[in-house]
Amino acid sequence: MTLFAVMCAAIFPLFHTGRPWRAFYWLFPIPNTDITMWQNFRSPLIWDVFAVSTYLSVSILLWYTGLIPDVATLRDRATKKVKQVVFAILSLGWRGSARHWSNYEVAYLILAGLSTPLVLSVHSVVSFDFATSVIPGWHTTIFPPYFVAGAIFSGFACVMTLLIIARWTLNLHELITIKHLENMNKIILVTGSIVGYAYATELFMAWYSGNIYERFAFLNRATGPYWWAYWIMVSCNVISPQFYWIKAMRRSIPVMFVLSLVVNVGMWFERFVIIATSLHRDFVPSSWGYFRPTIVDISTFIGTIGLFLTLFLLFARFLPMIALSEVKAVRAHEQHTFAAAGEGGHH
Amino acid sequence: MLPKMNIEQVKDKLGIGADKIYAVMGEFSDPHDLVKAGRKIREMGYTKLDAMSPFPVHGIDAAIGIPYSRLGWIVVTAAIVGLLTAQGLQYYVGVINYPLVIGGKPLFDFTFSIPVTFELTVLFSSITAVIGMLALNGLPRLYHPSMNYKRAHRATDDRFLLVIEANDPQFDAQKSAADLRSVGASEVEVVAG
Repeated sequence: MTLFAVMCAAIFPLFHTGRPWRAFYWLFPIPNTDITMWQNFRSPLIWDVFAVSTYLSVSILLWYTGLIPDVATLRDRATKKVKQVVFAILSLGWRGSARHWSNYEVAYLILAGLSTPLVLSVHSVVSFDFATSVIPGWHTTIFPPYFVAGAIFSGFACVMTLLIIARWTLNLHELITIKHLENMNKIILVTGSIVGYAYATELFMAWYSGNIYERFAFLNRATGPYWWAYWIMVSCNVISPQFYWIKAMRRSIPVMFVLSLVVNVGMWFERFVIIATSLHRDFVPSSWGYFRPTIVDISTFIGTIGLFLTLFLLFARFLPMIALSEVKAVRAHEQHTFAAAGEGGHH
Repeated sequence: MLPKMNIEQVKDKLGIGADKIYAVMGEFSDPHDLVKAGRKIREMGYTKLDAMSPFPVHGIDAAIGIPYSRLGWIVVTAAIVGLLTAQGLQYYVGVINYPLVIGGKPLFDFTFSIPVTFELTVLFSSITAVIGMLALNGLPRLYHPSMNYKRAHRATDDRFLLVIEANDPQFDAQKSAADLRSVGASEVEVVAG
């Protein structure tokens, strides 16, 4: 999911550069005869290029490494020649040797260990794009943790939407249990509340700082021309997850499906509010205005949803949604534990 | 560059060919039986052992004498290389090759170089972890003699295979096959290289 979402996210800035075939030289420090310049490493924009491209690369590695043993299983179970050949190439000759597994487990542990701080870093660095600027409403130190909490919040909600559909259509009730979904809802509740706390902190600091520009930015955010977007954001992100305090709500599939969609709408509005409301009243009155998306904006957005779903459905069609080797390992462990308990009962 | 060899010589070098023996292989249906059998076989004095399983079986490394993976050290080296590359790149660009004063900020400083340094350290480590894992495993590989075992495809499904390789000093096709049977393996076969 991360992979496909980052690919979709890449579409916007890439098209925004105007000449994406040259963006390669503008974005990455590659010696070239085209622009004969280097990037400015003091700018958070170049940090962001590194953060997002590293995030994408490591996500691809983690995803593919996790798939290797499962693709080997598919190779050995395939009956059609085409599948056998394709999976044989993708599995890289994996044969499940104990030596393979020994190195594999270390590699996977390292990748998982590196991915965790990477999630924190990528969202922190994205927030630096805003936080190191001078625009009121952006220039705050709370942005990195606030963005990280928001990212986990919306990420869990998006996974939840897809998981509920996959669980229902592919009949994965035994593998993805209500207990799993309930625990995810607890995380949505916690991160949603952190996001709500961050909103409150922003408002408080705008008042407490005594800075008139900050005060205006936040008053304008909540009551100005974009008040509707601000209050959609607050009700979707802060109020809606509070239903999860009730256990029955956390365990109800229809409730969590609707709430996961509501949270995603709310997080879309959070980005909209941060960007549009701060820019429509910045320090240069000539740039004041009211943002109306054009047909190109809207169709690009719809297009990325289509791209995401296409990639996701292709993945679900051809590759295992859940790691086969991990499920087998857990089952073998359980069987042995139960068998041992059973034997103990006879004595 | 490469020495001239015909295909027979290449096969000879790799120990591949229908006239050669790769190993004796046997099958178990439970991972715990595999570990117990592996331990017994090792106690008989065999040293060139391997196992094949659909998931990592815990305890098998110790049972058949597989040393702990060296991958960690390789990745640590890559991390240091990534860190130095990032610092070097930002210093070279900022101070030596393309110095530009922007907003009175220093041309190079440890603080603003942290994000890119962190990212490149992680990137180098991750790529090395995957490529290193494949390299230590000798992958990608088109052919391996264990494929000649008629039930090799079950090792990625629900069976656990134990392998006594022919390059073991104690290896004897008949005796090793009997040893494998004696520790509970079924479907024991002498597998061609």
